[in-house]
Amino acid sequence: MFRYVIRRVLWAIVLMLAVTLITYVMFFAIPVDAARLVAGKSATPAEVKIVAHRLYLDRPIYAQYGHFLYNLVVNHSLGYSYNDRQSVNTTVFAAAPVTASLVFGGALLWMVIAIPVGVLSALRPRSALDRTAMVGVLTGISAHPVWLGYMASFLIGYKLGWLPIQGYCSFSGQNGGAFCGGPADWFTHMVLPWSVFAILYAAFYVRMIRGNVMETMNEDYVRTARAKGAPESLVMRRHVLRNAMLPVVTMLGMDIAIALGGSVLIEVVFGLPGLGAVAVQSVEQFDLPKVMGVVVFAAAIVVIFNLLVDILYAWIDPRIRLA
Amino acid sequence: MAEELLVIEDLEKHFPVMRGIVFKREIARVRAVDGVSLTVHKGETLGVVGESGCGKSTMARCILRLLNPTGGRIVFDGQDITHMRRGKLLPVRRELMMVFQDPYASLNPRKRVGSIVGEALQVHKIGTDAEIKSRVQDLLDVVGLNPEHYNRFPHEFSGGQRQRIGIARALAIKPKMIVCDEPVSALDVSVQAQILNLLKQLQREFDLTYMFIAHDLDVVRHVSDRVAVMYLGKVVELGTGSALYDHPRHPYTGALLSAIPVPDPDIARARVPMVLEGEVPSPINPPAGCRFHPRCPRFHADTCDASEPPLERKDGGSVAACYYPLETWPMADLRMPDGRVGSSSSPA
Amino acid sequence: MPLLDVRDLKTHFKTDDGIVRAVDGVSFTVEKGKTLAIVGESGSGKSVTCLTIMGLNARANTITSGEALFNDRDLLKLPSDELRKVRGQEISMIFQDPMTSLNPVHSIGKQLREAVQLHASVGKQPANRRAVEMLKAVGIPRAEQRLGDYPHQFSGGMRQRVMIAMALINNPDLLIADEPTTALDVTTQAQILKLMTQLQRDFGSAIVLITHDLGVVAETADDVLVMYAAQPVEQGGYQDIFYRPHHPYTWGLLNSLPRLVTEGTDLKPIPGTPPSLLRPPSGCRFHVRCGYTMDVCPKVEPTLEAVPGQAGHSVACHLEESVKQHEASNLLSQLKTGAKA
Repeated sequence: MFRYVIRRVLWAIVLMLAVTLITYVMFFAIPVDAARLVAGKSATPAEVKIVAHRLYLDRPIYAQYGHFLYNLVVNHSLGYSYNDRQSVNTTVFAAAPVTASLVFGGALLWMVIAIPVGVLSALRPRSALDRTAMVGVLTGISAHPVWLGYMASFLIGYKLGWLPIQGYCSFSGQNGGAFCGGPADWFTHMVLPWSVFAILYAAFYVRMIRGNVMETMNEDYVRTARAKGAPESLVMRRHVLRNAMLPVVTMLGMDIAIALGGSVLIEVVFGLPGLGAVAVQSVEQFDLPKVMGVVVFAAAIVVIFNLLVDILYAWIDPRIRLA
Repeated sequence: MAEELLVIEDLEKHFPVMRGIVFKREIARVRAVDGVSLTVHKGETLGVVGESGCGKSTMARCILRLLNPTGGRIVFDGQDITHMRRGKLLPVRRELMMVFQDPYASLNPRKRVGSIVGEALQVHKIGTDAEIKSRVQDLLDVVGLNPEHYNRFPHEFSGGQRQRIGIARALAIKPKMIVCDEPVSALDVSVQAQILNLLKQLQREFDLTYMFIAHDLDVVRHVSDRVAVMYLGKVVELGTGSALYDHPRHPYTGALLSAIPVPDPDIARARVPMVLEGEVPSPINPPAGCRFHPRCPRFHADTCDASEPPLERKDGGSVAACYYPLETWPMADLRMPDGRVGSSSSPA
Repeated sequence: MPLLDVRDLKTHFKTDDGIVRAVDGVSFTVEKGKTLAIVGESGSGKSVTCLTIMGLNARANTITSGEALFNDRDLLKLPSDELRKVRGQEISMIFQDPMTSLNPVHSIGKQLREAVQLHASVGKQPANRRAVEMLKAVGIPRAEQRLGDYPHQFSGGMRQRVMIAMALINNPDLLIADEPTTALDVTTQAQILKLMTQLQRDFGSAIVLITHDLGVVAETADDVLVMYAAQPVEQGGYQDIFYRPHHPYTWGLLNSLPRLVTEGTDLKPIPGTPPSLLRPPSGCRFHVRCGYTMDVCPKVEPTLEAVPGQAGHSVACHLEESVKQHEASNLLSQLKTGAKA
């Protein structure tokens, strides 16, 4: 197990390097003169040259990449944005809690829906509940989140006025006091995004949980437990669910990790200034440091989260823990 | 003396066990097949018997080059095929086919039966499509299936029928030799008998040579001319059916024979069978000296645990690898490793 | 008073294709401390019979009728929580495949303790002690240390021993073993059978052994029930079945054994395959594959009748007694001489 952990950590580092390198190289393929962008439209060639030098743009690529890595590891800095004139760290750390609210809240919601529906459908296959659930699943998977988002925003936000149409309010209400703040506002602004976000994932998970539970119920060891005289509730808890949910743990970890990396669609539809929105914005602006910063941060989250999930899974499955 | 169709010399197949964080090193080896020498003559059936972990299935796969041997030689029909490359191996594969154990897993569920049986013909480009179809239908008939079922899927057949399909598949390109890896273990008793009869009949009709691998000694004896007994990667005894079954020399053979339940209650209840203690040791770390010595009732200290006994001819015609082979069968008295004396009567 | 008295047990499953008559009228008794072997091939109904008695069939779409009297109670009519108390305590069951019959994510100690604590409110320590006791009784070395181990750390034979330990931990009156050695090597099978007979002596439990291997039956059974296509075809003591078999299916089973055939000749298998239980053949279900079919066989279902002169031996077949006896003695001489072949 220890060897397994060490190996995974080493791979995580390699992965991070690969991600940053590829992003860096890709960005260089774009024919944009960053120095000119930063210097401004009215800059003279001499001024552009000075800016280029200050931005390290006159060095070879590998030197720039090296500088970036140094900055990252030693100074814990993700870079300095061309456009915003502020450290990328600031931008990213402001956006991260938004995405985190969306993803963790959404994940909680989708699990709260998926587990009971999935388990009950598995226990009563082909019943009315099961069939309804499967129709729901099909709808959830088919409906595009963007469409769903706009429909929800329009119908419930605009037409019915029950919930805000879009926008984000920080939980702690310190948002420059601008429009809103505090837990209540935060909550009402998140309800629609959470729901839309959760629908798609809930659909997948209902299907997966149903499948896993049905399969596990047919396992020989479940029959053994019944043969020992265990009541059905114990059989379900200790034998069926414990085993059926194992693969769900891995999936959940992976899905959360990916979503944390940037749930662009929902953020854009609902105007939430999260990491996904920042990423889109920085690409439009050709703002390399911001792009790099978001990518690195997101990649780090994904990699760390996956690592944790792998370790957790290896720990709870004794077949792997004791290999 | 019939010609030697398949000769295996000191065949070895070791699987490395790798450990390490960044750079993996081999820390141990699973010695699945550890020095096996066998000969199969044209037209005969060589039975190979052994329990789980003895290496018989691994050996079969090495012979068919489904695995690559890590040592030794395999000579088929005069050609050394041990390390032959794929291209040169193709014509050899026409002559050497395999029938597998699990009739439920060895047929592709998405392919129709006709396509499964005719696959070898397609691969080796023997005949036009029409000729292939006609040949496949002949084969289905030969193995006792309805040629009209050409277009059905495997799941529409029973286990015994699926095994017949597997046999038809093996026969398609008229091989010289077929390796049968536990072909009847997964079948009901009455169906087993049908398949065994079929195999014997086909052998007569098509002049086939068989290597028949199984763990059921009765079944093996019924179809084989000679039988080899394997334990932990090595052959411990080899002889004709009657020699082995009536006068086993190696104590493990004795234990195997003794362990077969006898369908005659009077005899079954009268005898005191020799029941081996303990479990088969791991093939990663086989015991020193004779591999069977920790469980052997004929164990003698300082010989049996000191060096491996060679496979030598013993009285009665079989060859066995043992320093203290069984002298009589049924064994009159046995001294167990802990000093107890037991006795065993043969199923006779 | 037999320990278990099953009368006219029937189990039918409702499926989309129709009603599958998995068990269709089986009656037998099991005496205290004795072994009954139920013999048959796949689809004979031998497993479903025992699953029905234990109440382990899926409840939906299952119709059960008949009686299963155990210790003065009809198991088939017990409410489920009463039946639950019987399972694992008075009647235990072990299954065929030891590799999959234990939960891979719980230690065997936990699973053994569960068996104890389901039926008695004892703490962890006494349950552990009992578990260790049983592991020693079934021959697992270093039992205390192995309590915390997981199933994947045991070999097949060891796992089956653990299953047996789990089944006997509450000292049941009856142990049902469904093909307990089929998935094991022959030498391991010998070990497990020896263990089971010894434990039967030590604990005094009765055993119902389901198997398709007549050799195993010969070694262990006191009474034998031969089933075909969900029905009993022959029943009796072990000597009746082996030395005086009266049913063509039993003859067929005995004839299929390679041991009984002289070397060089072909085996005499039963032609064809077991029938569908959705639409079983009319009349005697075996008539399609029987070598002795008469006109009456496809028309009238034979009932189980006592064999004249042999108490406790009954058979369901239309053949005349003389024909049966003739075949029986043929087989007997083959058994005795063929055994030396």
